[in-house]
Amino acid sequence: MIFATVGTQLPFDRLLLSLDSWAAGRPDIPVLAQTGTSRLRFQNIATVGHVSQAEFRARMTEARVVVGHAGMGTILTAAELGKPLILMPRLARYGEHRNDHQLDTLREMARLSNVTVARSEEELHAQLDSALAGDFEADRRRDLVTAVATRPLLDFVREFVWKDRPVSGHADATTPRAAA
Amino acid sequence: MPVPSRSRPVVLAVSSGGGHWVQMQRLTSAFEGAEVHYATTDPTVSEQIGAGEVHVYPDANKTTPVRLALCIARLAIIVLRVRPDVIVSTGAAGGVIAIRLGRLIGARTLFIDSIANARELSVSARLALGVADRVLSQWPAVAEHTGADYRGAVL
Repeated sequence: MIFATVGTQLPFDRLLLSLDSWAAGRPDIPVLAQTGTSRLRFQNIATVGHVSQAEFRARMTEARVVVGHAGMGTILTAAELGKPLILMPRLARYGEHRNDHQLDTLREMARLSNVTVARSEEELHAQLDSALAGDFEADRRRDLVTAVATRPLLDFVREFVWKDRPVSGHADATTPRAAA
Repeated sequence: MPVPSRSRPVVLAVSSGGGHWVQMQRLTSAFEGAEVHYATTDPTVSEQIGAGEVHVYPDANKTTPVRLALCIARLAIIVLRVRPDVIVSTGAAGGVIAIRLGRLIGARTLFIDSIANARELSVSARLALGVADRVLSQWPAVAEHTGADYRGAVL
């Protein structure tokens, strides 16, 4: 199964139409797309407008390949699950977002080993074919991402929360019961 | 052993749905031991949360004035009910509003800009710069040219 997601805020029909045209040639591969606020109807893919956080994760877990806009929810979840992820950035010149920050995001996130980038319909088709052909499998788990933030950020936030108070975790560690 | 409630900080963690929420989830271990309340725009997240209470507020931005008013009113109710010692937000607009309200009751406030903003701060983070005690960017170069701080990232 291929799972595609375009987030909840704005339509992204360029991605969905590109996926639909690819699916026309591959009726053997089921495709489910979370379409958000799109008003279009599609011939070759199954669609759902919005999904809960839990279902979003479940669909990603099931999927062989994930296709998405360059949103951080998609990128972080796919990285945690080690899923091949094809990203198409939203572009402001087509009215797909308020600005081009998804290009900035993508420039950095394309470094993740599970991520490839498709900037056009042709590129998306090629990336899908190659992901399904298994080209991706070899190195896809090279830098599996954990489900938590990096240590310095967690330490900073913890310190910010507990400023001027004894940290409970530390206090527990010094009680006789914990020591025993 | 439970810590006496007086010594336990009350944290209000505010984030929009989608990527903002996913980033907040990656910070939850930093809240361990505190009394945590989550405020978010996505009512479906309560299935996911083990510890901590979930409050829902309407999503809004400056192009939706009526929803914005509702959003402010709802966040005011949440802030007054929870009476947080600390507010942490991973964006977007609702986080800045909650932080502004939180300052009125003396909460310590932290705004963490989304890791998506790799070249410039988001509009919300720029607004937070004048209001929150600390504003973090997850990119060193962005922090350097904006007056935000860099203290690591969610990834």
